Amino acid sequence: MILSGWGNYPRLNTRFSTPDSPAAATAFVRKLAADQSCTIGRGAGRAYGDAAIGSDLTTSSFRLSRMIDFDESTGLLNAEAGVRLHQIIDTFLPRGFFPPVVPGTSFVTLGGMAAANVHGKNHHKHGGIASFIDSLTLVGADGQPIVCSRTENQVQFWATLGGMGLTGLITSVRLQLRRVQTDHVVQRTIVAPCLDAVLAALATYKDSTYSVAWIDGTATGASLGRSLLFLGEHATMEDIPQTLRQQPFGWRPGRGRALPVDLPEIVLNPLTIKAFNAMYFAKGVRAPESAILPWKPYFFPLDAIDGWNRLYGRRGFLQHQFVVPKAAGRDALGEVLERVAARASASFLAVLKLMGPDDCGWMSFPLEGYTLALDFPVSEANLSLLDELDACVVRYGGRLYLAKDARQSRRTLEAGYPALDAFRSLRRDLGADRAFSSALSSRLEL
Amino acid sequence: MTIPLPTLLVLGGTSDIGMAIADSFAQQGWTIILAVRDLASGRRNSADLEIRRQVPVRAVAFDIIDRERHRAFLDELGELPDAVVCVVGLLGEQVRAQVDAEHASLIMRTNYEMPAIFLGLVGERMRARKSGLIVGVSSVAGERGRRSNYVYGSAKAGFTAFLSGLRAALRDDGVRVVTVKPGFVATQMTAGLALPKPVTAQPEEVARAVQRVARGGPTVIYVRPVWRLIMIIIRLLPEPIFSRMKS
Repeated sequence: MILSGWGNYPRLNTRFSTPDSPAAATAFVRKLAADQSCTIGRGAGRAYGDAAIGSDLTTSSFRLSRMIDFDESTGLLNAEAGVRLHQIIDTFLPRGFFPPVVPGTSFVTLGGMAAANVHGKNHHKHGGIASFIDSLTLVGADGQPIVCSRTENQVQFWATLGGMGLTGLITSVRLQLRRVQTDHVVQRTIVAPCLDAVLAALATYKDSTYSVAWIDGTATGASLGRSLLFLGEHATMEDIPQTLRQQPFGWRPGRGRALPVDLPEIVLNPLTIKAFNAMYFAKGVRAPESAILPWKPYFFPLDAIDGWNRLYGRRGFLQHQFVVPKAAGRDALGEVLERVAARASASFLAVLKLMGPDDCGWMSFPLEGYTLALDFPVSEANLSLLDELDACVVRYGGRLYLAKDARQSRRTLEAGYPALDAFRSLRRDLGADRAFSSALSSRLEL
Repeated sequence: MTIPLPTLLVLGGTSDIGMAIADSFAQQGWTIILAVRDLASGRRNSADLEIRRQVPVRAVAFDIIDRERHRAFLDELGELPDAVVCVVGLLGEQVRAQVDAEHASLIMRTNYEMPAIFLGLVGERMRARKSGLIVGVSSVAGERGRRSNYVYGSAKAGFTAFLSGLRAALRDDGVRVVTVKPGFVATQMTAGLALPKPVTAQPEEVARAVQRVARGGPTVIYVRPVWRLIMIIIRLLPEPIFSRMKS
């Protein structure tokens, strides 16, 4: 069947398998080993590029959807790899627990979050999801399930967190949830008229639990990098209005909307993107500085529009997310934004975040510094622009997020990930290079 | 004094439809018993339900084909459940069933004989208690024998007829019997078949439909309303035309 990631680019042919249970998945990997065939795990298909498309066969965690146990006193949840983040929130938020780290969508699976070591708006403060994963079950090339943690099979543990499924099939994950008092978030909006202002604001508010900046990627000159910085804290009982205190976890989402068809490519052009960004910025300037929001519109605004990726039409889109070390931040971000503007290309969404120290995962993306994510429709011009941006990222000592990547070159990867050689030889030693292979790993010779 | 929560017994508790029905009752606060052939898979489901819905859930080993065990199984449950849902079924392979009598017999016993006998037993006990709900998941395949699955279809026809009679027999004793004919459902059983999307239900839709008629309303339901229309047409087709149809 033809599969793609969330960006709908590339679309590739692969065989597809959906084992019924962790036991069936384990037996399946064992059989593959005997057949000298290879596969890659796939969760919800929310990686943007080719990370979860098997070069031969793709193994879906769709049916590994059961929770295994939960300790109310500690907040430790053990669940199968295909359990989705929104199911965890639906189940445990009414009991006062929230996932410790959430990416921009709640449709991801536990296994996918571990494999990509996803980060959220709190990376600068709490680190990535890896910091909260107590242990995981990995079915390696020999078809034997092993439990990996900080004390057991540590090498596989750290190579798997961020390892994009290339060390084996993750069948279950034990995750530490965080206690919260309500299902709301107190949001503060800081208006930053230029890049220096937003970087200064990120530093000023570095103790805020959640912080993320939306950048107007179309602004130029003195306004280059103008942003809205959104800060957030889980609301306490005192924060929420009296009327909500009776039921601090009583919020229920309304019905979402769906984008039922691919939009024609003309809809998102530099003009409409510029207009949208200007409008969004103006709205942010007018908005009250502080607001109380339910969790869903705060953490997952795009989840309200089912299939928003169709905004970019059939050709799909590319997300370019990179991180650069803090010291190089101002120069690198300025150069990237200027290059984007100079090419008269426009990114519909641009998101900037402060990142804390890396999470020890061998192939983990985070690095202490700044991460910027940009969206572009797929076109020859944009592909060559991204090559240009890669060169710039490499020059400043940065790297690209594999969960978003569909096109970076081997050289870019090699320049950015110092543990790459160790990861490659570990894969060889474990036999994982022959048993687990994705379009991404073939492209980058991971 | 606390009012005890009602109990649901699901026969076929590892099937997608069985799990979806169990989940919808658990959400209403029911205690759940999953009767399963493979206890390991059953326990996987019971743990999941218990965590998500915070109601007591247990898995018990039971193979409906083992008729000798029917009575003992019910006795060992302790209290007779308030509701019993049977989603046991085996699609089997039609072509093989035509030449392999053992396979044909297994399909017939699994879809008709054994569920009917077991639900009959449950019905007698509920009659004595003067209350209860029995839900049998049958199939539209039982409305007319098609060349592609008439062994399965004929067994489901028997099951549908049995449920109809059971309903009549128990109606004055406070026992409600519901027949569900779900049409196509996207499950493990149909994985790999090319089912037309507009007439294919998700297991959760079946569960919602069952939930809707648990306390009142119609006693014979299709999950997607379009199936009522489809089946009227299929029943009306003259035999010479119907028998020429390829599927």
